[in-house]
Amino acid sequence: MVQYSRARLDASFAALSDTTRRGVLEQLGRGDASITDLAAKFRMTLTGMKKHVGVLERAGLVATEKVGRVRTCKLGRDGLEEEAAWIERYRQLWDGRFDELDKVVEDLKRKEKTDGCKKRE
Amino acid sequence: MDARRESEPKHPTTVERKSERELVVTRMFNAPARLVFEAWTKPELFQRWWVPKSMGMTLQSFEADIRTGGTYRLTFAPDVAFFGKYLEVTPHSRLVWTNEESDAGAVTTVTFEEKAGKTLLTLHELYPSKEALEQNAGAEEGLPEQFEQLDELLGTLGARVA
Repeated sequence: MVQYSRARLDASFAALSDTTRRGVLEQLGRGDASITDLAAKFRMTLTGMKKHVGVLERAGLVATEKVGRVRTCKLGRDGLEEEAAWIERYRQLWDGRFDELDKVVEDLKRKEKTDGCKKRE
Repeated sequence: MDARRESEPKHPTTVERKSERELVVTRMFNAPARLVFEAWTKPELFQRWWVPKSMGMTLQSFEADIRTGGTYRLTFAPDVAFFGKYLEVTPHSRLVWTNEESDAGAVTTVTFEEKAGKTLLTLHELYPSKEALEQNAGAEEGLPEQFEQLDELLGTLGARVA
């Protein structure tokens, strides 16, 4: 029922299709880490890790912040699950309103019908 | 005929995040566009559905001059209000208004498309930024919680004074 932006989903799935990137997410789930830490842990060059983090960041799965010379990575606030829950709450707000609007519209329809009959009399 | 229509399953409400700054909500109604439009543009009718009981709160007042250039004000509590201006009011087809209670308010566009006696309603919200959307979409829905927190806070303050 809930639809997501296709570009957003594509980016997320592409980001998750790589073993290293899934490992990075798992690692960040245990705590924030710098790109240097991550590169060392996954035995990669700094440049290679920067690329992976960039892909995760564009998908909204990871957020980075540069303090001084160190770029710290953490899990993105906009994880898929969080966005799904938030959009569902927003949908429920409108769904609740529209159920009430249905009742008002039905009343108007009924009223129009009776008024129409009266006019014909 | 009407009885059969009413027993049909209700129409689903769908939400799509079109872009970082846009949300689109759609819903079908079993009535011609002029009636659905009337329910949006007569203040006494609008008040009957905008704040459903499921939201757990009541609307104190709704003042609106629903025409292009007119303004509106929805008041939930003495210092909690939503207000703005109608940028466009085109009978039976289109409503556009601003939400000016904060800098992060969206521009809301509602269109009514009639087909075979039914109306497809599309509500589009365009926020000034991605952050504004994420923080403000459905802001009214968060009000009961905010009120509860306020009650708690006032309770604490009251207790402290006592």
